[in-house]
Amino acid sequence: MSVAMIDEKVEGEIVEKNSSIFKIEDFNLWYGTNQAIYGVNLSIPQNKITAVIGPSGCGKSTLLKTLNRMNDMIPGVRTSGQVMYNNQDIFRNKQMVEELRTQVGMVFQKPNPFPKSIYDNVAYGPRIHGIKKKKVLDEIVENSLKGAAIWDEVKDRLNQNAFSLSGGQQQRVCIARCLAIEPDVILMDEPTSALDPISTSKIEELIKELKNNYTIVIVTHNMQQAARISDKTAFMLNGELVEFTDTDRLFSNPKDKRTEDYITGRFG
Amino acid sequence: MSRMRRRIILNQTFKYVFIFAMSLALIALSVLIYRILSQGLGHLNIDFLRQYPAPYPDKAGLFAGIMGSLYLMLLIAPISITIGVSTALYLEEYAAKNKFTRFIQTNVQNLAGVPSIVFGLLGLTFFVYLFSFGYTLIAGALTMSLLILPVIVVASQEAIRFVPNEIRQASIAMGATKWQTIWRIVLPAAIPGILTGSILALSRAIGETAPLIIVGAAAAIYTIPDSLTSKYTAMPIQIYNWTSRPQEEWQYIAGAGIIVLLVILLLMNSIAIWIRNKFQSRY
Repeated sequence: MSVAMIDEKVEGEIVEKNSSIFKIEDFNLWYGTNQAIYGVNLSIPQNKITAVIGPSGCGKSTLLKTLNRMNDMIPGVRTSGQVMYNNQDIFRNKQMVEELRTQVGMVFQKPNPFPKSIYDNVAYGPRIHGIKKKKVLDEIVENSLKGAAIWDEVKDRLNQNAFSLSGGQQQRVCIARCLAIEPDVILMDEPTSALDPISTSKIEELIKELKNNYTIVIVTHNMQQAARISDKTAFMLNGELVEFTDTDRLFSNPKDKRTEDYITGRFG
Repeated sequence: MSRMRRRIILNQTFKYVFIFAMSLALIALSVLIYRILSQGLGHLNIDFLRQYPAPYPDKAGLFAGIMGSLYLMLLIAPISITIGVSTALYLEEYAAKNKFTRFIQTNVQNLAGVPSIVFGLLGLTFFVYLFSFGYTLIAGALTMSLLILPVIVVASQEAIRFVPNEIRQASIAMGATKWQTIWRIVLPAAIPGILTGSILALSRAIGETAPLIIVGAAAAIYTIPDSLTSKYTAMPIQIYNWTSRPQEEWQYIAGAGIIVLLVILLLMNSIAIWIRNKFQSRY
């Protein structure tokens, strides 16, 4: 925590501490006629880790995918309410959805590297945004892989296919790929659920470090994980946001009976 | 007990029925290959590959047919693969999943099963007469392109569908446009499947005779095509022409022609299998 604050002061860019980067207001979402999210209000603080927990099918992934409008890809999705990103409504903004997605990156549940070399995976983002110079790309690739704490493991085999790596390494390459587009926010959809405990703890360490420079929203159904790494936790149930507060408080002193039942393992 | 016996007897019976069925196919194939090899091998030599057709069996060669088929392939491949892959991309990546798309989908599959002679008639009506191409190389190439188009569309669609959605999403989530995702992620991943399907389709085109007869491939020709509107012939046309002559020697020449055609077909199919194996199971 203190490290993060020092960094913020040094960079001097972030004027208002604890300001919200996302403000979700009265948000509803339907898949066809099925309502998946009911009237969610939520402010996601900048340069913090916000965890969203809840049982399967509670709408937590749907809420996450709303933030970079990945839900647009699913036919029949309707929304109402507002999602403000840096004080602009992402659904009514003139800004292109492609631009939103370069500012709000995403790491998926299953490691999903492209069937390309490690280098080409990480260079993919910069390339689609028009960077062609080999030198610039080299630098971005190195920095991103370092940022994702995997540089030392892959620096001698950047031209190998990313599929040759272990699951945990693949996921860190995917994180590096996401860092390469220099997003402000990183959305993580259960990023460790397909990984073994050692890879998981490596990625958790990484997420805590990334907080210094990025806002992180992580969906997890591992409550211990949320408790270990997040600053704020939101608990969702049946498409509703039940409780959203500091992680310590949510786990030690939940206000809502349903939150208490869930975190003490009475259901879910 | 007796029911048990019956099951075991039935079990054995079916095994032998299937072995018998397979043997029939094998025997037919061996007889065919034996006949062709025994008749044709003796006439197969370099001169046969280099000579134009001639009125005498010992002077006749397949050169015009080989070159005609080659030029046809050089036209058919780019035409049918470009249109076929584009159609497949539209159907898989862009088209809404509704009744209309399903209707088109079903009809593409039906087209793949339409007899080739029907495509010949279509080519005759459209390319030869309506577009006034006459009995030319381009009319033949366009007709054959139409013939194999449905096969390429279906094969490409399968290859595109096989690309995991996860990597499409990864690309989209990085701010890539749909076209960037298709061009840089989907197509490279689908290329092996597309190539395999296309080569198999082309090898069908190289062996087809009926549509070419209808759109007027020439039986005897003493030049190789030098423009899109040249007269042309093709290997199967030459072979068909030789087999329909009464003298016995022509049958041997036809056999030699068939050997050449078979070798080319086997080569193309081997390339397709090689590509498929080389790129298999990468996910």
